[in-house]
Amino acid sequence: MVNYLIRRVGYALIMVVLVSFVSFAIIELPPGDFLTQKVEQLRARGDRSAEQQVETLRLRYGLDKPFLERYFNWASNFLRGDFGESFEFERPVSEILGARLGYTVILAIATTVLTWALAIPLGVYSAVKQYSPGDQAISVVSFIGLGMPGFLLALIIMYFAIIVFNLEVTGLFSPEFQDAPWSFAKVMDLLGHLWIPALISAVTGIGGLVRIMRGNLLDTLGQPFVEAARARGLKNRTVTWKHAVRIAINPLITILGSDVFPSIIVGSSLVAIVLNLPTIGPVFVDSLRKLDMYLAGTCIVFLTIMLLVGNLVADLLLAWVDPRIRLE
Amino acid sequence: MAVASAPSTLPLGKKKEFSQSYWSLVWYRFKKNKLGVLGGIFLIGLYLAFVVLPEFIAPYALENRSNFVEAPPTPIRFVDANGQFQPPFIYGLDRKVDQVKRLRTWVENPDRKYRVGLFVQGDAYQLLGLISTNVHLFGIEADQKEARIFIMGSDALGRDFFTRIMYGGRLSLMIGLIGQFLTLALGATLGVISGYYGGATDMFVQRFTEFLAAFPNIPLFMALSAAIPAFWSPIAVYFMLTLILAFLGWGGLARQVRGLVLSLREREYALAAKSFGAKDRRIMFRHLLPGTMSHVIVIATLSIPGMILAETALSWLGLGLRPPLTSWGTLLQDAATVRAIRFTPWLLWTVPPILFTVLTYNMLGDGLRDALDPYSGR
Repeated sequence: MVNYLIRRVGYALIMVVLVSFVSFAIIELPPGDFLTQKVEQLRARGDRSAEQQVETLRLRYGLDKPFLERYFNWASNFLRGDFGESFEFERPVSEILGARLGYTVILAIATTVLTWALAIPLGVYSAVKQYSPGDQAISVVSFIGLGMPGFLLALIIMYFAIIVFNLEVTGLFSPEFQDAPWSFAKVMDLLGHLWIPALISAVTGIGGLVRIMRGNLLDTLGQPFVEAARARGLKNRTVTWKHAVRIAINPLITILGSDVFPSIIVGSSLVAIVLNLPTIGPVFVDSLRKLDMYLAGTCIVFLTIMLLVGNLVADLLLAWVDPRIRLE
Repeated sequence: MAVASAPSTLPLGKKKEFSQSYWSLVWYRFKKNKLGVLGGIFLIGLYLAFVVLPEFIAPYALENRSNFVEAPPTPIRFVDANGQFQPPFIYGLDRKVDQVKRLRTWVENPDRKYRVGLFVQGDAYQLLGLISTNVHLFGIEADQKEARIFIMGSDALGRDFFTRIMYGGRLSLMIGLIGQFLTLALGATLGVISGYYGGATDMFVQRFTEFLAAFPNIPLFMALSAAIPAFWSPIAVYFMLTLILAFLGWGGLARQVRGLVLSLREREYALAAKSFGAKDRRIMFRHLLPGTMSHVIVIATLSIPGMILAETALSWLGLGLRPPLTSWGTLLQDAATVRAIRFTPWLLWTVPPILFTVLTYNMLGDGLRDALDPYSGR
């Protein structure tokens, strides 16, 4: 077990280094850098001192140094907890991400809880009552959810909210609570806004989960040990939930790990952009577009770490839930 | 895998044996899935309309500008102000300033009527890139030049939005097909090689696909497409984007093909080919690859919509195709703001064709999976 953990963590470390290096190189690929974009902007505004300003910035961010040196500087500072400075915001990356981390985590948790609290019972119902009208309805809805990308659904919901109901659905707070100190009323306001992005992500995420749950449970329900449990005279509910579901849920645990942990960093960034949410996703997308290297690089590294941690947690959970699985 | 057809040298007079090839069995099973057939028919229609004939169906040329800026959709009317039934017509539009909302809008003026007809003459174009013509499916009769018909409104430059959606579909639908074709070529080739040779080759390909899979997916798309230089010509950007989509998609396919080849290469027919002295390349691409085709086709059909959506999302973010090119993604750029939804909601007409395309591909793919899956019962 300890051996297994050491091996996994070692593998993960190599992966993080590789991914960070490659992503740094990819962001480096486009000709020019953030500052060449900035010079053009300043010139367009008729700023005479543009060149000079930019030269000072170039020195400050160390953009004049060769690529490898910059990467090693950034990586060694990263280990000490200094993620560099964002060119766009002219503030440390840790400050920008820190300010948004809270809401991102809240949104990720709300989305996950809603998705799973809906997907598992629906999947189980669909399998137990196969081909019933309820199953058919759930299947149709989950097929639509599978094909529907979140940001388009967000656009459609925004359309109906604005045109039909005349509601404001963007952001996480109403304007009067934006800068207000935390209070009960502010929390209620947050909850009033939170359900829309959570529901959008749930609708689009639920489809696949329901299909997998249904398929697996159908396979499991046909197995001899379920038959045996019934023959012993156990209640239907006990057979389904205590015997069959516990086995059939395995693949979902793998998905839980590889889905939920990364979503803490970039969960549904496209939906967040449409709805103008103060989460990390929109900043990340913007940093890629603007070649804001350190901000983008930091996001990618944390994303990779989350992905690897998620996979590890999923594997450990799987071994804990299903004793037949050996970790070696 | 194919069922051998009956030998043609049967003795005369004997009842001819009825046998079918693998593909005709597949066709037989596919036909029974009504939803899948419907999806296939819709798709053929979609590609005909958006890829082959958009110039004919759209009433104007792509860049035809007018003074009617951000005009709402014009309803086509059949009943005039006196309640008389008439051949289809539209009312002229007048500029009006809404004092309350502080907005400039367009209102219909019932005093001016324009006839709408089928097969009217308009902007010249090349049908299928070959035939010069100026006939459009519908539009305002050619003698009434001052009026415009906008069945889905117009954009900020006074261009007909329906026309733009028709032309935009060509790039969006083709990127799915071309990208998936490249993915197939790359994934199937590397998958077969990896499975057939095994050993170090296999090891290398597998580690590489794992590396691609460990990379966070959407960010990788975005980082790579942000790396396309801004000064490249739109066409080069288009092909680069297709290549990126294909490059990121082949890993999963290669793994599946490899898995199938691992079992196929031990089959008798593969061993037979080998003992006859067939070259490796012939065994791989003549004998093993066809055996994986049914699987590959299903995966491909089901992943084309993902590719179309990726293009749409990237272009919408400003990381994919850029404005002189018109695709459904670039059209969404103007539509996805609170201001646009409030004041020009008809720009959201791009969304239904995207969703319809995705849905039809899923219907077709689902039908194909049922028909081709060798493990399902008849």
